[in-house]
Amino acid sequence: MEWDAIRLSLSLAGWTLAILMPLGVVLGRWLATARFAGRHWAEGLLALPLVLPPTVLGYYLLVAMGGASSVGRWFQAATGTTLAFSFPGLVVASLLFNLPFAVQPIQRAIEAIDPDVREAAVCCGMTSWQTLLRVELPLAWPGILSAAVLTFAHTLGEFGVVLMVGGNIPGETRTVALAIYDRAQSFDAGAAGSMSLLLLVVSFVTIAVSYGLGSRLPGTRRRR
Amino acid sequence: MSLRVEVRHDRPSLDMRLELPEGAITSVVGPSGSGKTSTLRLVAGLWTPAAGLVAFGGETWFASASGVNLPPRARSIGVVPQRYALFPHLTACENVEASLLHLPRAGRTPRAKAALARAHVSGLDGRYPHELSGGQQQRVAVARAIAREPRVLLLDEPFSSVDRSTRKHLYGELKLLHAELGCTVMLVTHDLDEAALLSSHLCLIRRGRLVQAGSTQDVLARPASAEAARLLDYGNVFRASVVSHDRARRLSLLDWNGVRLVAPLDDRVGPGQPVDWAVSHAEVRPADAAGQRPGDNIVPATVRDIVTLGDDVHLRLAPDHLPALTLHMKVSRHVAHHRHLSAASPLRVRLTPSALVTMAPSEDGDAGGRPHE
Repeated sequence: MEWDAIRLSLSLAGWTLAILMPLGVVLGRWLATARFAGRHWAEGLLALPLVLPPTVLGYYLLVAMGGASSVGRWFQAATGTTLAFSFPGLVVASLLFNLPFAVQPIQRAIEAIDPDVREAAVCCGMTSWQTLLRVELPLAWPGILSAAVLTFAHTLGEFGVVLMVGGNIPGETRTVALAIYDRAQSFDAGAAGSMSLLLLVVSFVTIAVSYGLGSRLPGTRRRR
Repeated sequence: MSLRVEVRHDRPSLDMRLELPEGAITSVVGPSGSGKTSTLRLVAGLWTPAAGLVAFGGETWFASASGVNLPPRARSIGVVPQRYALFPHLTACENVEASLLHLPRAGRTPRAKAALARAHVSGLDGRYPHELSGGQQQRVAVARAIAREPRVLLLDEPFSSVDRSTRKHLYGELKLLHAELGCTVMLVTHDLDEAALLSSHLCLIRRGRLVQAGSTQDVLARPASAEAARLLDYGNVFRASVVSHDRARRLSLLDWNGVRLVAPLDDRVGPGQPVDWAVSHAEVRPADAAGQRPGDNIVPATVRDIVTLGDDVHLRLAPDHLPALTLHMKVSRHVAHHRHLSAASPLRVRLTPSALVTMAPSEDGDAGGRPHE
């Protein structure tokens, strides 16, 4: 069992959730409520990580973060370390490849809110911020929970992008998915098996708990 | 001081100017797609037309010319949407409190409870919308709308989702509430009976244009055009020509393609000129029924078909002098039975002169001797 890899995976999932959930709410609400030309292009761009081979996405991210790119050079100048093959680079990659998993469930949940209810909030004198906090988020909560669970589980299991962007540096970018692959390649069936089982249990428990919570949340009362 | 609304827009096509007297209940009535709800949404600040004006009590809420467009929270409005749009995750009391976020937290609950009491829905504070009946949901929506003490209350078909007996209760409660609050009420409805019961003023609209406005009594009794008469469900709208006016007896004599009709004096149209006239289907009666008076207009006709709807019997008649037209008539089932009314039988009908309404002819010749279908 590689506890460093497990800790790193959980840390990566935690950072991804912390940054992506607020971003997902903003983007999901924007896509759910705004009407603008080229909307389908924006939605297509957002969904791209779902259909792109992880190696393709990983390659482009690697190029974008490398020392030859302006982003990579800026990051190195600011922090003294490279963005590629580092934990911060892994977080950036994780944010991008998880974008559709976070945004789409939130977007669908906000779209499902009766427009009359949203307008009623406005007529009650609520500001846009108050409408979001008091009406939209409580009603879209099951969608937000789904987004969080999908993002969490997907981050733990992502392999291709992580390998391309982070390499496989123990303690820095070696996630549990990479560790399982390494152990399997080294015929260490015990370690590969126990880490796989742990990942399976964590993923299963997370999803089951989220389903359980989802059916008890206030936002789901209207469907009874 | 009144609520002034002007709107010009292409899709939906709207071009009208309304004035709702302050402190009164004004119904905006029209068929589906006439622009009623768009007008209400304009006043609420939920929709912005290409051009227009919304002003109330010296305040301009929207003016396309000067670029003023206050958000709904800056307008003194309360809105009861058609399907109430209660917040499903909040209790009745929390729903009302949601409109009081401008108050300190401690002051919200007492004020919300007071609004619920005013709307006759006390004791249900802790219930969620899905635990309330349609009538209770409507009352909570009203409580939420009045909690901020708005000067203008906007009601969008507020009684359309409740059963008939609940609706009657709610009518009474709305009248009492209005008497208590004295705010200006804009009631959007397609139900003329509802408008007649509740409002003192009426704006009749169709296809985005104002057809007629005035006191409810005046509009209902004196439609200004064939179009207004049709919207007011007169049932029978036809074209005739003026023969003469008898100012002493305050009567006008009309010629309806050979049949002479006596109507209340309307000397806006001179002798020899065309005039539209209308009569409600309930005012078309069998000629020899009790109550006939000398001077009643008599029209020989033939029954085309009969439809019984509950206690009412609806007849379509072909006037003998104009068999292509249809005269609509409504009698009680008792009268129909007593008179042995049946399809294809001849029937002389009487039209009491005072029940006839005359109108300046519409420019498009819409009445044109054609029946109202």
